[in-house]
Amino acid sequence: MAVGLPAYLVLAAILFVIGVAGVVTRRNILIIFMSVELMMNAVNLTFVAFSSFLRALDGQVFVFFILVVAAAEVVVGLAIIYAIFRHRETVDVTDMNLMKG
Amino acid sequence: MSGAASLMEVALFAVLALVAIVAALVVITHRHPVYSALCLVITMLSIAFLFLLLRSEFLWVMQITVYAGAVMVLFLFVIMLLDLRREERPWRFPENRLQVGVGTLLALALVAELIVMAVAVRLPGGAGGGISPEVVAAQGHTQLLGRLLYTEYVFPFEVTSVILLVAIVGAMVLAKKRVE
Amino acid sequence: MLGFLVLSLGKIVVVFGCLMLTVAYMTWVERKVISDFQVRLGPTRVGPFGLLQPIADGIKLFFKEDLIPSQVDRTIYLLAPALSLAPALIAFAVIPFGDTTTLFGLLPAPLGMHITDINVGVLYIFAISSLGVYGIVLAGWASNSKYALLGGLRASAQMISYELSMGLSIVGVVMMAGSLSLVDIVKAQGELGVWFIVPQALGFCIFFCCALAETNRAPFDLPEAETELVAGFHVEYSSMKFAMFFMAEYANMITAAALATTLFLGGWRGPVLPPVVWFLLKVFAVLYVFIWFRATLPRFRYDQLMAFGWKRLLPLALLNALVTAAVIVGVS
Repeated sequence: MAVGLPAYLVLAAILFVIGVAGVVTRRNILIIFMSVELMMNAVNLTFVAFSSFLRALDGQVFVFFILVVAAAEVVVGLAIIYAIFRHRETVDVTDMNLMKG
Repeated sequence: MSGAASLMEVALFAVLALVAIVAALVVITHRHPVYSALCLVITMLSIAFLFLLLRSEFLWVMQITVYAGAVMVLFLFVIMLLDLRREERPWRFPENRLQVGVGTLLALALVAELIVMAVAVRLPGGAGGGISPEVVAAQGHTQLLGRLLYTEYVFPFEVTSVILLVAIVGAMVLAKKRVE
Repeated sequence: MLGFLVLSLGKIVVVFGCLMLTVAYMTWVERKVISDFQVRLGPTRVGPFGLLQPIADGIKLFFKEDLIPSQVDRTIYLLAPALSLAPALIAFAVIPFGDTTTLFGLLPAPLGMHITDINVGVLYIFAISSLGVYGIVLAGWASNSKYALLGGLRASAQMISYELSMGLSIVGVVMMAGSLSLVDIVKAQGELGVWFIVPQALGFCIFFCCALAETNRAPFDLPEAETELVAGFHVEYSSMKFAMFFMAEYANMITAAALATTLFLGGWRGPVLPPVVWFLLKVFAVLYVFIWFRATLPRFRYDQLMAFGWKRLLPLALLNALVTAAVIVGVS
């Protein structure tokens, strides 16, 4: 293949770090959640790249599972966010620092 | 591989990589959540096409259907339901100048480390797992993946179906209005 | 390599041109057929049999005043119609129109009459149609109007719900053909000798209902009917942008009809006439039934619509897949 493995890994690394920066920096909980999804996508890319270059499909099976689990996680996470919003009228994480209520 | 085809592959990779990185940067920096969500969709679509470039056609369509077509639509629904508008000051400048500065430096350090490791990776020689592109082209990627999924990984497969059921029930319980 | 690119580009241009022409004339066909059902004449004045009506409509919409309300989110407001139209057109890339052709001997090797043949053709079409939700939900939101937002959210919730049953209704066909590629499915129907609608009648009915709901056609057109919700998600759109939404709807209809033809009605197979003619005849037959449903049936209420999709069609589609699998395993 013309594009080597390091290229894909570097791209995945950059996307992963952008995701981490998003989680650490932003205050809107939905953006944080989206950055987590970005990190998962970067990991998926790493898995598929390795699977393609190591000539084995096990990595892609794992990506399949990550896809399913990420979808389930988004569903529950968004339900939680919606429930919190109904209570506190805010999506700013700095306002969600009390465990009570 | 012929010259023109490998040139096209490199060009496609470059375009997709650039689009993915720019869109990801917009996701974490834009002040309006809807625009962030739409740029995340663009990132996911470019990753889907990168999967296709890596000859993984089943994951290409699955990424588009599940991530770009369902998960992100759900994000958009919630953003619209909560009626989120443009944020005034996403980073509270200038008070956390120091935090953002240190954070950026650490992020750059992390990415530099990852790049050094990525470039130094050495694949084991030989046929690897044995599933070369010719085998994939002959038997069909979906068929091979399905075979693997239902033989070696059938237990995790069944567990994921339970996970999905739990997620559905959990979401309905969490989002339901409390009837007092 | 260059030859491949030129041929592909040629195929794309031909298919795109024919598709846009068909979309335009579907409006005429719909008006004529509905007027037939309602015992009246329909468009007759503009050109012979009203055949120039779509052109007159196009010119009118083109010259109409292009209003952009002041409080809309401009970028997304302008992008949404295009986002609605693009997936409808892209989905046509994998549909086979005919067997192979050498363009009357001009080409060195026989050329398959499809833009491309992907191994996962069926899944590709579902992936692209799941992207079609964005145009509608963004149009509803960007319009900054309650009716538009509600209409948009309802329409997209409807589309997502019925996508599920649509995918499951096709599982039986895929199992019988042993492949996800549309070209292979048409071939399998030839080998079987009978169209897949015969063994998969339930699958076809479920697929047809889901296609009606996916394309927001009657009787599932609550989110966009003029008498409900003040025309739903496209209430704030005018002239060309509105026209694009309608082109998108008709293009989606044609794609759904083409898919139904390929998967259940034997694609381009048929005895005497050339394959493309058979394909077009079957697609028009399915489109006629689409229009027939619109002229005849009353509209579903939204909760009835969602209950139908989740509580009736989904279990039926699963049952169909189960029975098909049992029969295939039992026979082999």
